[in-house]
Amino acid sequence: MRAWFKISPLLCVFVNFFVCSEVFAEEVKLQGGGKLRIGLVLDRGGIDDKSFNASAYEGAKKARDTLGAVLKYVESTDGNFVPLLTSFAQKKFDLVIAVGVSQVDALKKVASQFPQQQFAIVDGEVNVPNVKSILFQEHEGSFLVGAIAALKSKSGKIGFIGGMDIPLIRRFALGYQAGAKKAQPDIKVVTNYVGITEDSWNNPAKAKELAVSQYDSGVDVIFSASGASGSGLFDAAEEKKKYAIGVDSNQNWVKPKYILTSMVKCITQAVFDVCKEVSRGEFHAGIQRNGLADGGVYYAVDQFNQDLLSKSLIDQVEQFKADIISGKIQVPDYYKNKK
Amino acid sequence: MEVFMWIVQLMASTCRVSTPLLFAAMGGMMSERSGVVNIALEGLMLLGAFVAAAATDFTHSPVLGAFAAFMAGLIFSIFYAFFVIEIGSDQIVAGTAMNMLALGLTPFFSKILYGSSTSTPSLPIEFRFQYAPVWIAFGVVVLCWVWIVKTPFGLWVQFAGEHPEALDCAGVCVKRVRWMAVLVGGGLAGLGGASLSIFLSSSFSRNMTAGRGFMALAALIFGKWKPIPAALACLLFGFSDAIQIRLQSVVLWGNEPVPVQFIQILPYFVTILVLAGFVGQARAPQALGIPFVK
Repeated sequence: MRAWFKISPLLCVFVNFFVCSEVFAEEVKLQGGGKLRIGLVLDRGGIDDKSFNASAYEGAKKARDTLGAVLKYVESTDGNFVPLLTSFAQKKFDLVIAVGVSQVDALKKVASQFPQQQFAIVDGEVNVPNVKSILFQEHEGSFLVGAIAALKSKSGKIGFIGGMDIPLIRRFALGYQAGAKKAQPDIKVVTNYVGITEDSWNNPAKAKELAVSQYDSGVDVIFSASGASGSGLFDAAEEKKKYAIGVDSNQNWVKPKYILTSMVKCITQAVFDVCKEVSRGEFHAGIQRNGLADGGVYYAVDQFNQDLLSKSLIDQVEQFKADIISGKIQVPDYYKNKK
Repeated sequence: MEVFMWIVQLMASTCRVSTPLLFAAMGGMMSERSGVVNIALEGLMLLGAFVAAAATDFTHSPVLGAFAAFMAGLIFSIFYAFFVIEIGSDQIVAGTAMNMLALGLTPFFSKILYGSSTSTPSLPIEFRFQYAPVWIAFGVVVLCWVWIVKTPFGLWVQFAGEHPEALDCAGVCVKRVRWMAVLVGGGLAGLGGASLSIFLSSSFSRNMTAGRGFMALAALIFGKWKPIPAALACLLFGFSDAIQIRLQSVVLWGNEPVPVQFIQILPYFVTILVLAGFVGQARAPQALGIPFVK
């Protein structure tokens, strides 16, 4: 008995593995029916991040409801994507969607192992013949919200909070900065990053502290591209009664009056579209870029923020938008600058 | 004037960032002074953070949320105390198991309750604490100091950690003293977690403690297992984090700011420096980590 007790902490660990193993052993009756089967692998932010994972899930849900597809999703909790992707691929799902740039390496590996399988990835570029990479022109959208921030700022100082200092986030930051400078040449942009580990996408306490420090230093509008950490920014904006700008999905509703606008990436639509393609048997691998011109990225105006944005401000931003689409304004792209 | 404001804001930020560390370090001190190593602090905080967020969401009262977190930490510690005090399991192994268990249990329950394994619903501003936890944390430090240093029970705790045989000879049940200390310590660590989810942010998110439990443990060792120095060590860690936030995007030379990664390692760097360099003769309680067998 005593010996058994001595190993009981070890048993705890085993139980833990069973409890939190994300792919539950439950075998959905997936085989028959001939229905379209979609597997969705979400990033760490999870289904309720009110940001890009949430929008991807929305898109897949829409596919489930309108196309009659079967949808299974998993949230990666430890950044270990390979087993999740593999398990979907082994069960021969019609389409496996990986959400988030952190899955690029894992998907490269898994997609080459299952060449018959159709994969899609949101936000990342994977050059394997059976993968569709859905990319967004973040810099273009960020340019516009940067312009809005600069035009709305009274102090002449605006802020940016990134999750981690990685190229994708630099792309946001660079576009944002360029837009702000275009609208108000003497604007000052303060840039902060939440952290250096994957936890940075999920550390609202830290993001809030960063936001408070920026607001305290005179910044009055902050744009954040930090996944689920962004909720910390909104809390800070509410407490300090300043403005914040949402990202990825339309977050205007989260804290009305304090969220100036959101830089929306139409992930929902893109995910739905790829599901539709698969259901019709028209899946095209390759790279799909969604930009301002095709409505793939935009700044959100709705009933929650229309009082915050004046007519003249909107007009000016619309002008920028037209200029970007026509090529009159070249938005700096961090991806290209780097190469 | 601007410099003055900057300093005031820096201090306020330091206090906020240090709050979870202060609770956890005091919780750890309770346990370790009685002779029980507590590396389960991280897990206890995580559990506290989750329970506080869920309970506040349920009851709409942050006070009840914090109380629930205290109770959760205490109840979770019952398992730990049972393993290490009654059965005499290895305290490091048991503590690690507790951490892993908390890491798995919190998303599991979050998924059951809210359908998402990564975060709980965001709490509106009126259900969150504004400044209270900072004052409570300092209050807890004072209380712990009084309790450990000035009261008879505190003396028993110290003896349980230094010379349990002597305490036993004096007719006091060592195990009971340790049980008490570990449970109260667990509750305090739970409060530390609560301050993270319903004070510093507005919801629980997965693994949101991000190593703060271990930071608290480091502060405790740096503070030589004494309440006031340990609290000061927490404030030092909090300070290095707060100044790290303000130093980002600082330009030292030329036009390029210092790479942000360099500044972000500052808190970890301070931890290593402090533990390796300045700690001096840190003497742990003599019976620390040794199960008491009559």
